[in-house]
Amino acid sequence: MKYTDQGKQDTRSGYGAGMTELGRTNPKVVALCADLVGSLKIQTFIDENPERFFQVGIAEANMMGIAAGLTIGGYIPFTGTFANFSTGRVYDQIRQSIAYSDKNVKICASHAGITLGEDGATHQILEDIGLMKMLPGMTVINPCDFNQTKAATLAIADWHGPVYLRFGRPKVANFTAPDQIFEIGKALTMQDGTDVTLVATGHLVWEALIAAENLANQGISAEVINIHTIKPLDEEALVRSARKTGCVVSCEEHNFLGGLGESVSRTLAQHLPTPQEFVATKDTFGESGTPAQLMEKYGLNNKSIEAAVLKVIKRKAQ
Amino acid sequence: MADLTALEQLVPQVRRDILRMVHQVNSGHPGGSLGCTEFFAVLYNHMMEINEGFNMDGVGEDLFFLSNGHISPVYYSILARRGYFPVEELATFRKIDSRLQGHPTTHEELPGVRIASGSLGQGMSVAIGAALAKKLNKDSHLIYSLHGDGELQEGQNWEAIMYAAGNKVDNLIATIDWNGQQIDGATEDVLPLGDIGEKFRVFGWDTVEIKNGNDLASVVGGLEEAKSRTGKGKPVAVMLKTVMGNGVDFMMYTHAWHGKAPNDEQLATALEQNPATLGDY
Repeated sequence: MKYTDQGKQDTRSGYGAGMTELGRTNPKVVALCADLVGSLKIQTFIDENPERFFQVGIAEANMMGIAAGLTIGGYIPFTGTFANFSTGRVYDQIRQSIAYSDKNVKICASHAGITLGEDGATHQILEDIGLMKMLPGMTVINPCDFNQTKAATLAIADWHGPVYLRFGRPKVANFTAPDQIFEIGKALTMQDGTDVTLVATGHLVWEALIAAENLANQGISAEVINIHTIKPLDEEALVRSARKTGCVVSCEEHNFLGGLGESVSRTLAQHLPTPQEFVATKDTFGESGTPAQLMEKYGLNNKSIEAAVLKVIKRKAQ
Repeated sequence: MADLTALEQLVPQVRRDILRMVHQVNSGHPGGSLGCTEFFAVLYNHMMEINEGFNMDGVGEDLFFLSNGHISPVYYSILARRGYFPVEELATFRKIDSRLQGHPTTHEELPGVRIASGSLGQGMSVAIGAALAKKLNKDSHLIYSLHGDGELQEGQNWEAIMYAAGNKVDNLIATIDWNGQQIDGATEDVLPLGDIGEKFRVFGWDTVEIKNGNDLASVVGGLEEAKSRTGKGKPVAVMLKTVMGNGVDFMMYTHAWHGKAPNDEQLATALEQNPATLGDY
């Protein structure tokens, strides 16, 4: 594989590193947190910019409203809490006070998906991408590793409009370039291939790369596309790849209803109907367990991707 | 005491605007709008320091946030008559392609509006955020907000109330329209609020009560008193006792006109009680 793991790190620490840099470079950036400073890794930002940090306590609805109000004074607020409490819990606050009000708030969400692990289903949101992508004007980003999460954090500060930035808890491979420029809405072709397109987001990008390597050993050439921006979706890149390979597997740590996979299906249905399989959770809640156990049990790892590829390639032949 | 002559002229005209707007589209919320007319008249024409033109960020001026967005008729009338947009545009209220949506929004870029409201309970948090931004900007101007009493049943308010006191957001004056009515009846029957002022004080706010929120001199006195209490380490809440439907005898002392428009005959009667002073739109 042309990518190497530079050492396992959590994507939330990528967010923290990005915030540290923004604290030093952009005086308009302010941070809010709902009693999860340690989890969001923003202590350095707070230490260096105490006047630009707002601890709101366990009151996420209030946090979203305060963030909307701060923009009215010309600031760029970054809210921080778990993905579950960043979306479902405060959906109407985001909808009315942020999205409909066109406020430049960055909703930064840690512990997304099933890899949150042992805390179980109350905290493992698998519906957040769907919730957020349905809001008019909302940008939805789910970077794949530490370096990309840091780059995304920097990029959204310069992007005008509400953004949902989704990242995770566990330490995972860090394999993208440390100095990358993050282009919002631009799909990244990680690896060229001709037999199948793997369209992956978040933690599943690394799994897709491993799957592609294993498939290559079986004589199957997989193209791997990293969709870090689910909305706006890079439809052109998707259609171009699907035209070349003739079949697609979407890979995400999210429910197959409402996630990246459905955005891909809609795009292909409109422009180039193509067989597609979904590596995603299948309309279910999660449960307690280690991240690796959960990825295995819920069919979200490289083995699941390989199985989906074998299935979709057969459909292509029919 | 301020010269109230201009305000006395404005109030019946705003009431006419409210009544004619809701009548024209047979929808909208006249009750709370009529009850808050004196408050809006005083706020926008006596209390607030406002810059010419409209700038969303509002640096160097006082800002207002309406949390109970359903009383948009009074808000729109006051904004128009304060010069934010042409008075004639009031005729587009709730109609297709209008900037005057049923509930206020920034989405259509109506000058004067800085946040969407309508889904209740969110405005105090927004006002606090704007107040924090004022402090960061070292801007000594104030943030005003208005909330319904029934709206306080929404839990987010209490998160915000706790936050503002705990963080000494003392450049904020939040007014509660205490009319005791909500859609399904009296607040006392739907979900009793108890002593709202005492609740604010226990949470750490300073409070001012305006016993007759439909008397211009009382509103001026109360809001000036509230302003004098800002900058002293506590957010300030104003308990504004009003009568829903005030100024139209058959709409007063009932929740019936919360969200109902008058018919032709009722409109004629209501307009007779509020003569045109500045010219209808």
